[in-house]
Amino acid sequence: MIVCERKPLSTILESLRSYRKVVIAGCSECVTVCHAGGEKEVALLRDLILLARNDLTVTTEVLTRQCDVEFLEALDGHVEKAECVVSMACGVGVQFLAERYPATWVIPAVDTRFAGGSRQPGTWEERCGLCGDCVLHLTGGICPVARCSKSLLNGPCGGSQGGRCEVGEELSCAWHEIHDRLEKLGRLDLLEVVLPPKDWSRARDGGPRKLLREDVAV
Amino acid sequence: MSNGQSKLERLLHDGHFVVTAEVGPPQGAAADGIRHHAELLKDVTDGQNLTDNQTAIVRLSSIAAGVHVLAAGGEPIIQMTCRDRNRIAIQSDLLGAWSLGIRNLLCLSGDHQSFGNHPSARNVFDLDSVQLVKMVREMADPGIFQNGEAIAENARPRFFVGAAENPFAEPFAFRVRRLAKKVAAGAQFIQTQAIFDLPRFERWMQMVHDAGLDEKVYILGGICPAKSFGALRYMSKVPGMAVPDALLDRMKGVERKRQAEEGIRIAVETIQRLREIKGVRGVHVMAIMWEEMVPRIVEEAGLLPRPVA
Repeated sequence: MIVCERKPLSTILESLRSYRKVVIAGCSECVTVCHAGGEKEVALLRDLILLARNDLTVTTEVLTRQCDVEFLEALDGHVEKAECVVSMACGVGVQFLAERYPATWVIPAVDTRFAGGSRQPGTWEERCGLCGDCVLHLTGGICPVARCSKSLLNGPCGGSQGGRCEVGEELSCAWHEIHDRLEKLGRLDLLEVVLPPKDWSRARDGGPRKLLREDVAV
Repeated sequence: MSNGQSKLERLLHDGHFVVTAEVGPPQGAAADGIRHHAELLKDVTDGQNLTDNQTAIVRLSSIAAGVHVLAAGGEPIIQMTCRDRNRIAIQSDLLGAWSLGIRNLLCLSGDHQSFGNHPSARNVFDLDSVQLVKMVREMADPGIFQNGEAIAENARPRFFVGAAENPFAEPFAFRVRRLAKKVAAGAQFIQTQAIFDLPRFERWMQMVHDAGLDEKVYILGGICPAKSFGALRYMSKVPGMAVPDALLDRMKGVERKRQAEEGIRIAVETIQRLREIKGVRGVHVMAIMWEEMVPRIVEEAGLLPRPVA
């Protein structure tokens, strides 16, 4: 999922300084799962805003998906009566709302952090670098692009010790994990191959990405 | 193997036990410190490493520093990391470095920027150090850019290309395989992380020897003299560095004002031990902020005078 984290309340309040009528838009997808912008978080943010600003009128709506234009209509009635929209979806949702409501200011209430997952409640970990050219079949199912601090394809670097990354004791060294897993699977031979420089043109480096699929186009 | 362009390569090729030393460029645009260190080191070492924004702290560029060393009569080894430049910038800078007379290059991944003084910077890591070695070797032979386009025969940079290896990083068993990858990519010399744990280094060298790698690449052992117990303790905590407790105790047991002397003695002893290890072809002295001590260490280790290339 896309993992998001709510911005500090003070930042959100600062963005709302010149407005009196606000609609908060949640999303039922990733931000609901990662507890950043679902129904519960939308209600909480509304209450926190009203505690700080009793001059505000705040309505709320939780959309099925903000990253899908067909579900945005549910917000139209709220936006007509509001001066600004606070989106609690990822950056995709914020932009889809901004496109739909060209005359209305849209404020992001969350920071879009990474593509990851949760292995235990309250903890989310990055797992995919969205590089557009997956190498997981060469690295034992552990992504060096997202999980090595230097995105090395021929790691580990000299800063790996005790299975930890030089960047921080709390980070495991992805290449140590790759090594251990390939060893268990009897595939250490894979680590003897010099992986060539990556084609980053399929990542964000190639410019904003767009995917066309004729088979599902209408 | 030798293309005759690098003095360092000629010395290694001729079987001399070489000495290189590290020079940290300044955090400013004044070059007198580099020139001073080049003067100090040019006759007592065979090559001088110019670090590339070491520990991700902005410093005068390694290539520019290398040119100052060259002007002072030294033999610069410029360091190039993958942290700050993509393949376009690296190739461009290396064409420039060669055109300015620099002949030795050390390829590194680079310390992560979170260690340095611009932790909010974006990093690059378009290539890693293994890919960098391969790219630079291929610029010489067959003479191509990374994209496969040819470089004119008379305009190819032909660096003597080195890489780093850390025998003290983990997983230990994999370090020799990774060295093998660097050699396969074309590394011609290796400068190791600072050695304090000699038994572990010896185990690593035995594995290197068993893999036949000491026949394929010149290995220079890293020496880092510690000025004090505090400095040694600090190094023991740097990720990827290993300092045995016995050595920390030895330093701690020496009165404070004699600790610098003890640090030099340890460095000299380490060099002497390294000379006995099969496959070690030289030493690389990293006396960071303490370059003044290098001539004395080299002399006390019995490595003077240096041979003429």
